[in-house]
Amino acid sequence: MLFHSVDDVSARLAGTGYLASRAVATTVFLADRLGKPLLVEGPAGVGKTELAKAVAEVAGARLVRLQCYEGVDESRALYEWNHAKQLLRISAGRDETWDEARTDIFGEEFLLPRPLLTAIRGDDPKVLLIDETDKADVEVEGLLLEVLSDFQVTVPELGTVTATRRPFVVLTSNASRELSEALRRRCLFLHIGFPDEELERAIVRLKVPDLDAALTASVVRVVGALRAMELRKVPSVAETVDWARTLLALGAGTLDETVVKDTLGVLLKHQDDVLRASAKLDLDAV
Amino acid sequence: MTAPGVAERLTSLVGALRAHGMRIGTGETVDAAHAVDALGLADREALREGLAATLLHSQVQRPVFDPVFDLYFPASVGGPRTAPADRDELRDRLAAALADDDTALLGRLAAEAVDGFGAYGSPSGADGWSSYQTLDRLRPQTLFARVRDDVRARGGGAGFDGRLVGDEVRRRIAHFRALVATEARRRVAERRDRDEIARRAVAPTPDRVDFLYAGKAQLAELRRTVQPLARKLATRLAARRRRAARGSIDLRRTLRASLSTGGVPVRPVLRRRRPVRPELVLLCDVSGSVSGFSDFTMLLVQALHDQFSKVRVFAFVNRVDEVTGLLVRGAADPEGLGARIDAEAALTSHHGSSDYGAALGEFALRYGGAVGPRTTVFVLGDARTNHGDPNLPALREITGRARRVHWLNPEPRDLWGTGDSVAPDYAAIAEMRECRNARQLGALVSRLLPV
Ligand SMILES: Nc1ncnc2c1ncn2[C@@H]1O[C@H](COP(=O)(O)OP(=O)(O)OP(=O)(O)O)[C@@H](O)[C@H]1O
Ligand SMILES: [Mg+2]
Repeated sequence: MLFHSVDDVSARLAGTGYLASRAVATTVFLADRLGKPLLVEGPAGVGKTELAKAVAEVAGARLVRLQCYEGVDESRALYEWNHAKQLLRISAGRDETWDEARTDIFGEEFLLPRPLLTAIRGDDPKVLLIDETDKADVEVEGLLLEVLSDFQVTVPELGTVTATRRPFVVLTSNASRELSEALRRRCLFLHIGFPDEELERAIVRLKVPDLDAALTASVVRVVGALRAMELRKVPSVAETVDWARTLLALGAGTLDETVVKDTLGVLLKHQDDVLRASAKLDLDAV
Repeated sequence: MTAPGVAERLTSLVGALRAHGMRIGTGETVDAAHAVDALGLADREALREGLAATLLHSQVQRPVFDPVFDLYFPASVGGPRTAPADRDELRDRLAAALADDDTALLGRLAAEAVDGFGAYGSPSGADGWSSYQTLDRLRPQTLFARVRDDVRARGGGAGFDGRLVGDEVRRRIAHFRALVATEARRRVAERRDRDEIARRAVAPTPDRVDFLYAGKAQLAELRRTVQPLARKLATRLAARRRRAARGSIDLRRTLRASLSTGGVPVRPVLRRRRPVRPELVLLCDVSGSVSGFSDFTMLLVQALHDQFSKVRVFAFVNRVDEVTGLLVRGAADPEGLGARIDAEAALTSHHGSSDYGAALGEFALRYGGAVGPRTTVFVLGDARTNHGDPNLPALREITGRARRVHWLNPEPRDLWGTGDSVAPDYAAIAEMRECRNARQLGALVSRLLPV
């Protein structure tokens, strides 16, 4: 067991620079207690990936990361044989029988473990991060389901590997594709949305400590106003932090029309969003 | 182990969620029970998150989960232990809490409000508790200007973020209204069968959501109702047109027809109206909070455009520009309409707040030709001039030229004339009607649109 209470989760994550909302802390605590994988969904840049890293740091665990993408397959996710090395080995031992060679080349030495296998082998604590699960094809989900159900993997040539110590598993998704019901049922569900004002101020304070407190508050308010607008892509926490850094670098003491207008591009990525926000924020005067 | 009674409550909660169409298996229910054990009952918000994590599979289920959770794991039992609330005094404290953005206090005030103003039947609350009645008596939205000014006066609106105060206060008021709804449901559930309430307790349908306080998601939902509403209205307009076409008796033709019956007018001949369809002009305030109302109405009128021989739409903040073309393209991408209008039309000059006087004047001057004896004009807006000159002669000129001028105001009638609203002045010149939600708009449109 990694944590002894919800507050313990909050405090220790904060120690690594991750400020967890009540919902995040509670769900991380339960994932640890119930030993279930955690499925984290939410918009880009709200700290889904960062959460897994922070848990690993707190747990003194190794972070094993499977980055999903279109076309990721078993040989990338689970394991692969090192064919080149196997060929070398075969040509090196010419006087051997085939049976001797075969038991040898399908041994540990020629195995290339990929994240899913790595995560369940060995006794050291691990956090398995399956990042952007929604980018992978549906077939990979079947594989994940298998691994996450029993925490064991069968390598035909070697036999079955069962985890002696289960990793803490975090799956993230931007919901660009709906994950299957079966996979969802295996997991605890956590949605991370945009933080409330107080939490976001704390995040900015932590990441950009030199920014004036009043300016930090203004930054968070303006970002909040932008999120309430109908934009193609509203700014996320990552953009808030970037904006705060930019303002610090520019030496801005307070917000005014000119500063906001000149730096709006840090927060908004689409030109029509910039135009709309300028109008709503009344920046046209400058 | 789980406290007595909690297992039953958990099973009922799961039952209620299933009744809302959620597929929750035994495995999840067992996990939820483990979660309750691990978290305890003392921290209600942790419990809420823990149950959500174990029982839900996606965020779309959350809006259903939260109110149901509030019923089965209520924050308190019974009414608040305070003296009955006095309306004005409660409004004062509410205004202060809104200005301070004190969420904990807002929760307690919601409980007092429902207790004091939401009960019906006798003895008090015998027949239930109504959030509608509570909000109707308390009218938190009418505190808007006061709270905004209060925040500004206390320096919360100094500098650049001053311009954000209005929308922030609006969001806080919307949040308070949601708290009242939750509290009323909880009180009702104490009296009646909780399971029954959990099944029935649902958010108001989009057509009853106040335009002024609708959030982003609600506006998006509203936009999806444009096409069905337009179809319904088109049918009603067609019916009215048929009735109107039957019209009055044409005396001359009746007499001529009567010659065949020896001069006895057996069959009255009705005057046939010229099949010319009327012309429509829309003049819309698209600033700030009114824009939700204007966007919706513009899309609705665009969807009805083939009912008219001509539709022209003008938008303004403090300057006027024609947006008819943008709207025609807007039919394909309703979400983007507001953004396109902001981006492509010249609506603001040196400042961003609405100026009705300037806008009406510019309209009469530049686009006066758009209005003739066959034109019906609709003005959409809250008539809040930001203390500028209302320019009444300009509106008079427009009403003089048009066949009819109707003004639709999204603010509740008892706010007209408060603060910087000059609604009564305009209402003396053009017929002004309250139009707060899509339901009212539908009724008004089917009654007022010319046929
Ligand atoms: N609660 C938080 N505490 C501290 N930093 C945070 C928090 N939330 C977000 N951040 C900051 O936001 C940045 C983006 O976070 P991260 O990369 O984890 O987002 P993500 O949700 O994984 O986004 P994507 O969906 O794009 O992968 C981080 O580098 C971190 O600085
Ligand atoms: Mg990420």
